Amino acid sequence: MAVSRTHPVLIAGKYLALLGYLSFALFPLYWLLKIALTPDQLVYSEGTSLWPSSVTLSNFSEVLFQTDFLSYFGNSLTVSLGTAALTTLIAAGAGYAFSRFHFAGKRLLIVVMLVTQMFPLLMIIAPIYKIISSLGMLNSLTSLIVVYTAFNIPFATFLMQSFFDGIPKDLEEAAMMDGCSRFQALRKVVFPLTLPGLGATLGFVFTAAWSELLFALMLISKNDAMTFPVGLLTFVSKFSVDWGQMMAAGVLALVPSCLFFIFIQRYLVQGLTSGAVKG
Amino acid sequence: MGRFADRRILEMESKPVSLSLAAKRLPGTSRTGHSLYWRYMVEPFLYLSPAILLIVSVLLMPLIIGISYSFQAIELLRPFNTGWVGFENFAKLWSDRKFWLALDNTFWWTFWSISFQFLLGLGLALLLNTQFYGKKLFQALVFLPWAVPTFLSALTWAWLFNPVIGPLPHWLTALGILSEPYNIMGDPDLALWGPIVANVWFGVPFFAITLLAALQSIPGELFEAAEIDGASAWQIFSKITLPFLAPMIAITVMLRTIWIANFADLIYVMTGGGPANSTQIVSSYIFTTAFRKLDFGYASAIAVALLGILLVYAVIVLWIRKKLVKI
Repeated sequence: MAVSRTHPVLIAGKYLALLGYLSFALFPLYWLLKIALTPDQLVYSEGTSLWPSSVTLSNFSEVLFQTDFLSYFGNSLTVSLGTAALTTLIAAGAGYAFSRFHFAGKRLLIVVMLVTQMFPLLMIIAPIYKIISSLGMLNSLTSLIVVYTAFNIPFATFLMQSFFDGIPKDLEEAAMMDGCSRFQALRKVVFPLTLPGLGATLGFVFTAAWSELLFALMLISKNDAMTFPVGLLTFVSKFSVDWGQMMAAGVLALVPSCLFFIFIQRYLVQGLTSGAVKG
Repeated sequence: MGRFADRRILEMESKPVSLSLAAKRLPGTSRTGHSLYWRYMVEPFLYLSPAILLIVSVLLMPLIIGISYSFQAIELLRPFNTGWVGFENFAKLWSDRKFWLALDNTFWWTFWSISFQFLLGLGLALLLNTQFYGKKLFQALVFLPWAVPTFLSALTWAWLFNPVIGPLPHWLTALGILSEPYNIMGDPDLALWGPIVANVWFGVPFFAITLLAALQSIPGELFEAAEIDGASAWQIFSKITLPFLAPMIAITVMLRTIWIANFADLIYVMTGGGPANSTQIVSSYIFTTAFRKLDFGYASAIAVALLGILLVYAVIVLWIRKKLVKI
């Protein structure tokens, strides 16, 4: 558009707006990091000043070595990676079926998948608790993985479908002409082409599973099975004035999300909207 | 979870096209020559069965069980006091002042969250649709809040509003909005704004991404033609950009509304519904009733009521959408 030819005041306004958005997005994260780095004895005297007069890593070392956060971190990593892997595998199958087959009940299945995403998930928190407790699976990471996988399958299926739709059908048809079975064609021709799609789906599901809180609170009560969000909330309610340590733990919770975010960055626009703009 | 809800629905928007395409080009006939029955009834379900199994057992069955709970008394703290009670839970709900308060809060929570998310998201999308130095890095940084885990967004904003370690109360006092630096989340009149601000922070990237993609799908020739004809920036925006975005905006806003109305995490972490239920929304009320009071029957009754309200809303939305698409 014609921004380069417009009035200098407008250009200045534009850069001011950019700066505004940037500070709004980053300031809370900066503050988190700032308090995490501020030494304990300075928190009350300079808690609200923009820069700490000295920084320390002691909050981080205390969180890592004197609390249970490493174990929470490990549990969350197990749950999120397990969910991401399982979901991606199952969703790849379902997405492939949606993309390549025309079959009885397809429309119905799509509608059911959409509906499961529209009703309040909290609605099933009580039945899920009852079912899992009657199976004797409370406080188990496996039950969390199964529940999270089911929550994420519909979204991941549609995402995978959009990636399969982007791979020309002719490729596998050619392979099948040459004598491959459909499954062989899938494994040898389609699978290598859809690796970026699998990676993006893994990333999206990981991010979602990493931040889930309410079902984890309900299903996990034992300290050694707590995921990071549950552990952090328990810590916050127990040691509500240990600001430095709480925020250091928060920064740690941010690390995996940020890594995966960098990883799925270039799929964000495509991943969140590809189906929306084609129609 | 559920940060992608809208996209799934938006996918649906494009479904008729892809379906008709799929119908024209039937799945490839392999040399082995399976029967039609195999291709239409069996093979697809080999790929689909794990997904169907999980969705039915973890989502649909509990949903039905949950609806049946709403007609029962199930309190884990009183295990002998269980059984079918008909509409007793709903009668209790009707006269529950907290429920109506939560409904009112849900409305304002959703309205303010979505308004600010949309306006700021639109602004950001328009900015990102222009050229400037360092755009890639800028885009990565402003989208970052989307990736921050919800519980952490909630805690971070709760800390920012805390006068001991957060700057916001002091800034608000300096601006004359507060009389003295206190925590607004302890003030029943203002408390809901805490979670709303956190929600706006978290949700702007989503709107920006969605709207940016829609913006980029507007044919560039339209802008060129308008420029040649001497249209002003405002004319281009109001006569080309907005009309093109309108259906997309309508659908995204309407679907996002449902998602935000259901979104209890921020409120639960930041205020727990307090003080004096002034920030309790319906979905956080469901969670508190189930998690704190372990009253599953009543929690399910609230959930069924919420589901009913959302259904009515969805029907209205679908009706409006039909009108929109016709134009």
